[in-house]
Amino acid sequence: MSKIVELINNFALMSLLAVGGGTAVLPEMKHDTVQTHHWVTDTQFAEIYSLGQLAPGPNMTCVGLIGYEVAGVAGMIAVLVAFFFPACLLCYFVSQVWDAAEGSPWRDAVQRGMAPIVIGLMLAGCYALGRTASFNPSRDWEFNLLTLAIGAAVACILTVTRINPALTILAGGVAGYFLLG
Amino acid sequence: MSDSAAVTSPVSLWRIFRAFALIGLTSFGGGIVAYLRHALVEKERWLDSKQFMAALEISQTLPGLNSTNMSVIVGRKLRGAAGALVAVLGMVLPGALIVTALGFAYVALRHDPKVAVILTGVAAAAVGLLLQVTLKIGWKQLVRPKDLLFVAVVFVFVGILHVSLLVTLVTLAPLAIWMNRPGTEKGDA
Repeated sequence: MSKIVELINNFALMSLLAVGGGTAVLPEMKHDTVQTHHWVTDTQFAEIYSLGQLAPGPNMTCVGLIGYEVAGVAGMIAVLVAFFFPACLLCYFVSQVWDAAEGSPWRDAVQRGMAPIVIGLMLAGCYALGRTASFNPSRDWEFNLLTLAIGAAVACILTVTRINPALTILAGGVAGYFLLG
Repeated sequence: MSDSAAVTSPVSLWRIFRAFALIGLTSFGGGIVAYLRHALVEKERWLDSKQFMAALEISQTLPGLNSTNMSVIVGRKLRGAAGALVAVLGMVLPGALIVTALGFAYVALRHDPKVAVILTGVAAAAVGLLLQVTLKIGWKQLVRPKDLLFVAVVFVFVGILHVSLLVTLVTLAPLAIWMNRPGTEKGDA
């Protein structure tokens, strides 16, 4: 039971800190769930995030799986509610105020000011995942070269084509099977 | 509830749920805004494109996922609190169920070395996707030196030094907003 309370506390806070979307909260979430609470390992965290990329809808529904690892189905439901509900509630009320502030120059100031912070957080999210998934010091350099190449190939393909991103993720799995096995 | 949306008669809660569940079920790989736009503006005509952009701005600025924030805002416009609730449930449930099924398969199979290398490949690809999305968004929005400075400072704080996100936001967000306060947008870097 106390584990569930801990899960709820952590994910509810992250819900309210996720400015600019779920990716922004990834580095903090990884640090919290892996280093601080030992709920999942480095590798599990990266793999759970990847499963989220394979499923439709918001990528961050995969956080439920961290709850499942800790406390089964109850943990999963607790994490999903804690991660989605607080931000939704905040949005419900603030969007009413925001509508009322239409035309205020401070709205622009908030948006222009927050944009680079969101990008910085997203880059930190890439780095946090990448240290596990792409350039992991516990693997040999040939393996790391291949995982880096897979990531770079996906980024390039998505930059030059309009292919469905989920297909590139699946292709990563296929590449893993043949190249990394 | 007297929003100026072009809605003449109240939309049923079931229809709101169905519309958002369809988006939640068919959108892959993080490009959810495009799916939302297609469904809400072009198909259902619940918002015009200006209202859509306004809702998107709020969704991106507030904490939480863009997709669920959009669901809250549009659901609220259509049917108040009940509308917001069914819209969010519609958006989240299909993906949550599918990721749960994938998760059960993962728990059962992850010690199989073949499955492990597939997942390693998937994770490596996911990093590439995330980097590409980040750079694409950043490329469009960030051109000023002070923006890049904030990107760098936030990255070092959160990514390298593991300063808590709460502390980072409480210190840097007011500073960033103040540096972009009304009247600073022209000729100032």
